[in-house]
Amino acid sequence: MQAAFPLVFAALLFCVGVFGVLSRRNAVLVLMSVELMLAAVTINLVTFGLLAADRGDVVLTGQIFALFVLAIGAAEVGVGLAIILLLYRNRATVNIDDADLMKY
Amino acid sequence: MENVLTPPAGSPVDFAWLIPVVPALSAGLLLVFGKRLGRLSSAVAILSIGFSATLSTMVFAFLQAQPEEGRVFVRTLGTWLSVGGADGLRVDWALLIDPLASVMLLLVTWVGLLIHVYSLGYMAHDERNPQFFAYLNLFAASMLILVTGSSFLTLFVGWELVGLCSYLLVGFWFERRDYATAAKKAFVVNRIGDVGFMIAMFLIFATFGSLTFADVLPAVSTAATGVLIAVGLLLFVGATGKSAQIPLFVWLPDAMAGPTPVSALIHAATMVTAGVYLVARASPLYLEIPDVGLLVAWVGAATAFVAAAIACAQVDLKRILAYSTVSQLGYMFIGVGVGDYTAGVFHLLTHGFFKALLFLAAGSVMHAVADETDIRRMGGLFSKMPVTAVTSLIAVLAIAGFPYTSGFFSKEEVLASAAARPGAQGIWVLGILVAGMTAFYMARWFVLIFLGSPRWAEGVRPHESPPSMTLPLVVLAVGSAAGGLLNTSPEDGFLHHWLEPSVAAFAADGHFLSEGLLLGAALGVAAVGGLLGALLYLRVDVATVGVGGGARNAARRRYYVDEVYETIVMRPGRAMADAFAAFDRRGIDGAVNGLARMTAGVATVGRRTQTGFVRSYALAVLAGTVLIAALFASGVVFGGIR
Amino acid sequence: MTLLAQIPPLQIPDIAWSAISPELVLFGVGILALLLDTAGPQRLQASFLVFGFAAAGAGYIALSTEQSVLPGLVGLAALGQFALTAIWRDRPRLLSALLAALGFAGAIGVTTWQWGAYSGRLVGADAATFVGTDSLLGGMVAVDGVALFTRVTVCLAGLVTVPLSFAYAEERRIHRGEYYPLLLFAATGMTLLASSADFIMVFIAIEVLSLSLYILAGFAKRDLNSQEAALKYFLLGAFSSALLLYGIALVYGVTGSTNIAEAGRAFSSLDAPQGMAVAAMALLIVGFGFKTAIVPFHMWTPDVYQGAPTPITGFMAAATKAAAFAAFLRVFVGAFAPLQWSWTPVLWVLAALTMLAGAILAVVQNDVKRMLGYSAVAHAGYVLIGFVAVNRAGVSGVLVYLLIYTFMSLGSFGVLALLERRNHKAMAIDDLRGLGRRDPVPAGMLALFLLSLAGIPGTAGFVAKFAVFRAGIEAGHAALVVIAVVSSVIAAFFYIRVIVAMFMEDVPEGVAAEAPLAPSTGMSAGIAFSAAVMVAFGTVLPFLLVDLADQAATFVS
Repeated sequence: MQAAFPLVFAALLFCVGVFGVLSRRNAVLVLMSVELMLAAVTINLVTFGLLAADRGDVVLTGQIFALFVLAIGAAEVGVGLAIILLLYRNRATVNIDDADLMKY
Repeated sequence: MENVLTPPAGSPVDFAWLIPVVPALSAGLLLVFGKRLGRLSSAVAILSIGFSATLSTMVFAFLQAQPEEGRVFVRTLGTWLSVGGADGLRVDWALLIDPLASVMLLLVTWVGLLIHVYSLGYMAHDERNPQFFAYLNLFAASMLILVTGSSFLTLFVGWELVGLCSYLLVGFWFERRDYATAAKKAFVVNRIGDVGFMIAMFLIFATFGSLTFADVLPAVSTAATGVLIAVGLLLFVGATGKSAQIPLFVWLPDAMAGPTPVSALIHAATMVTAGVYLVARASPLYLEIPDVGLLVAWVGAATAFVAAAIACAQVDLKRILAYSTVSQLGYMFIGVGVGDYTAGVFHLLTHGFFKALLFLAAGSVMHAVADETDIRRMGGLFSKMPVTAVTSLIAVLAIAGFPYTSGFFSKEEVLASAAARPGAQGIWVLGILVAGMTAFYMARWFVLIFLGSPRWAEGVRPHESPPSMTLPLVVLAVGSAAGGLLNTSPEDGFLHHWLEPSVAAFAADGHFLSEGLLLGAALGVAAVGGLLGALLYLRVDVATVGVGGGARNAARRRYYVDEVYETIVMRPGRAMADAFAAFDRRGIDGAVNGLARMTAGVATVGRRTQTGFVRSYALAVLAGTVLIAALFASGVVFGGIR
Repeated sequence: MTLLAQIPPLQIPDIAWSAISPELVLFGVGILALLLDTAGPQRLQASFLVFGFAAAGAGYIALSTEQSVLPGLVGLAALGQFALTAIWRDRPRLLSALLAALGFAGAIGVTTWQWGAYSGRLVGADAATFVGTDSLLGGMVAVDGVALFTRVTVCLAGLVTVPLSFAYAEERRIHRGEYYPLLLFAATGMTLLASSADFIMVFIAIEVLSLSLYILAGFAKRDLNSQEAALKYFLLGAFSSALLLYGIALVYGVTGSTNIAEAGRAFSSLDAPQGMAVAAMALLIVGFGFKTAIVPFHMWTPDVYQGAPTPITGFMAAATKAAAFAAFLRVFVGAFAPLQWSWTPVLWVLAALTMLAGAILAVVQNDVKRMLGYSAVAHAGYVLIGFVAVNRAGVSGVLVYLLIYTFMSLGSFGVLALLERRNHKAMAIDDLRGLGRRDPVPAGMLALFLLSLAGIPGTAGFVAKFAVFRAGIEAGHAALVVIAVVSSVIAAFFYIRVIVAMFMEDVPEGVAAEAPLAPSTGMSAGIAFSAAVMVAFGTVLPFLLVDLADQAATFVS
């Protein structure tokens, strides 16, 4: 199997996610960027799982791990949105740069 | 140290662990229930330290009854730390009771007891009386842990606790700002010394695989000289911090800020002697590295000289005593530095008596003249408080080395050893000079306080202190006068034999002058200094004391000669005091503050990175990832090196 | 049909429930507390239902397996639960607090039982070897010394946090029903993390504990600081776990296995250092470094510690660090030990940075909680010394350090929580001035914890520092230990500064009229317990702890 393709794609996707986290001010978009990173890793895992299957691994660890990552990602979004909503309620903004009460 | 025994069950040594534990328990009791106990708390404190004193005496008697080669006991209470299995490191809670520890125990407990009794009268009117006694107890307990510790680590426990207690006690009257500052300085300077001690311990552990005296000290000759030199120097750094030697001596005079009994405790029985004790305890180590010993002696001599010169120019009665402590500690370091550990310890003991006495007398005087500390505003107190005055006189004679007082014997012994050590003649010369200066400034101290015309402020009614204060003075006076009997001769005195199992013996190398000449020189210089001080200040115009007069001023005044003397003596002292004040400010304070400021500066810049923005934190995480990748890459590139 | 026939019959593996019994206890009690809380007025009925099911289940197991111990325990627990509900059905918070405390105590009990059952294997001849696959539940869970020791540490932290929280949460009006269940879930994640033998478990456990802690950090909903802490913790936590996950994926890619021990073996048999392997290790360090607050991944620490409710801060600082370090140890010191030439220099540098940065930045802080946050960073650095030693003494030192740090952290934050109750605001160092006179006992306790944090000999903190420093010296990292000594001297300054403020400075004006501290039995008990443990481990019992940690310093083999 030609693995370089999905792996490079995943790496690029991961970098897009990282860039999003660093550059976005909107908390929801930051959250989505993190999800992009998780998705990139999922692609990686599935690819590696296929590679392992090619070598005769029957357990499909990568694929199963990917399922776990998806489930946990969903939970993370749930908690994250709740926290962002809390922020919005108290400050009427989801700009994360406004949350700088504590510093230095 | 080779022949270590386990104490027989039921013997006083078997119960020696109670010596530090009982005062510590009493301290805890007083801290928690002090308010409820009220006046009773001082009784608890005195009883506990009295118990320790009695037990210490029994321990001493027990050791004396043992054959000479069987006087080193280790009483193990239990394991404290044990790591790495059978051949790993093991540190016990254990007491090393040997002749050296036993004399230190006697000094700490008995002088401590007297100071406790004295505080009964001195602190009677302070509202935080129970707390004060608790601290005193804790202080004594810490020092007792220090002198009985059977390993560098247990000694270090006491070492740190003593530092902490001194911090609490010096800052006891924290209402006054400068007191708190003094406490802080004492703390920081001591910590600098502690770093030296800690690193020395790590080196010892890495070299010998143990921290117990009984393991390390007999094995020192097997270690590389370079390591020993490093360890010796680092331990000495620790000792300079605790025992106030150049360059870390600045904290001690400032630590005068505490209540007077505390000063007495710090200066006489505990704390400052810890450094000398450490060097004496590690004597087999220093024996291997005589050059480091010589350095120790030189530092001691320089400290003795500088501090004595500064003491000549002070007008605060406690400050004079403080500098004199620094100076006398210098003598002790001369003793242990040139290799005559017995002499050093001997001077430590006699100094313990007369310095405690001097401080307590100073407290008594302050008590009488409404907490005045300026000796220019005293004078003529002899008839008002005869007990204090007479006992002070004995102490002054002892510290000045008047023949047959305790100070005479111990100081002569230190000086004789210096003279007998090749390469230390310069130290001997400095020591003789300091003896003269000591006699001078102590005579000045005594004369200005007790003789001459009364100069105290209006409304002050000097009176003798209550018996609880004068009784300790009398007891200490007896000790100061007769303490020399411990070791009347360097070769076959009692202490000399007594300490043989604990410290390395001194190998005299022949004096470069005849003994009579040595003695004569010391006595002569001291006599000149003392007489000069006494005569000069008996008729002095007080307005010029401590100011340094100046030729123009002097010409206009009656006591022309006195003024010149004052000028001559004061000028160098003042100059040196100023220089060291400047050094203190720019050097030590500068270093302390500079370090602090540097830390704070780094922190002020560093905290800016903590912007509060989530995105910049995420950036830091990413930067960290890159950093780690770079570290890995460099590790891979230079991989073969490690 | 033909397709289905090709699939081999599903084999139900033999599940060693006992391996994860502490997690089961914690999780079960958490669910139970949550259930009883949501049951509202019908609490007693719900409880009776639970009791009935549990008793029936226990009876069934007892009959079918002819065992009596485990079903008996379950039955007893159910009975106890029912009794508690019956007594305190009108006081739901007290009920869940008691249940939580019981849960933590039960988990400690179960872990002790595990220790006994497994110690025969632990002290065997091959106990010193770190790498192995003989872990349970299909290689997912390791039951070894490090896991058991850390489980106890975490559960002790939880057990102390519960009483510390009660009065505090009550007064800050954040005493909602999820509080104790979340605490239990977080602890479940932590114990699971400490005993994960597989990277999948590592990831899941980290997420379980993080998600609970995100919520707990923002539990004071109306407090702007608290929600800010939650937001920062969440975003950065999610970011760093994505990085960690990427590292895990790369490990899987290189080695073809997610089992930690197998991955370690495959890693060390690689001929040359591979780009992907190095990247994987780097990303793993980032992920663990974030959870353990290592510079430069520490930035969240002061903010989150300052903003979170104080008892939670204590719990987070102590237990999270313990669990994350356990997993960190298992992966690097355990599995990647053959590769130590590549990663020890990296962690060496990070340790030095962490110790110095934590201590220096703490010097200029005014808020006590924030100062302790930075000091937590410095302590992570000291722990790392034991880490880079890569020997048994180092592992044992790390375990000792983490247990002792747990009590120092909980104790100091506990006292702060107690003091915050007075005027419901964060404590600056100036607010503590003269405290020694007004409230000598709390001030004395705080002083004790601070002295211990500073590592003054005779305190437990010194024993901890000594354990890791010694390992460092033995492994030849003398320079690192010297840096640590310098750092702890700097650190002593700010700890002592607080003590000075409490005992040697005047009460600031206008404070004298303040209300006296309201006593709280729970908080006092929690603080007193921590203090007692501190004193015991500092003076007379440290050898016990060190011995135990020495035995525990093994990984599955």
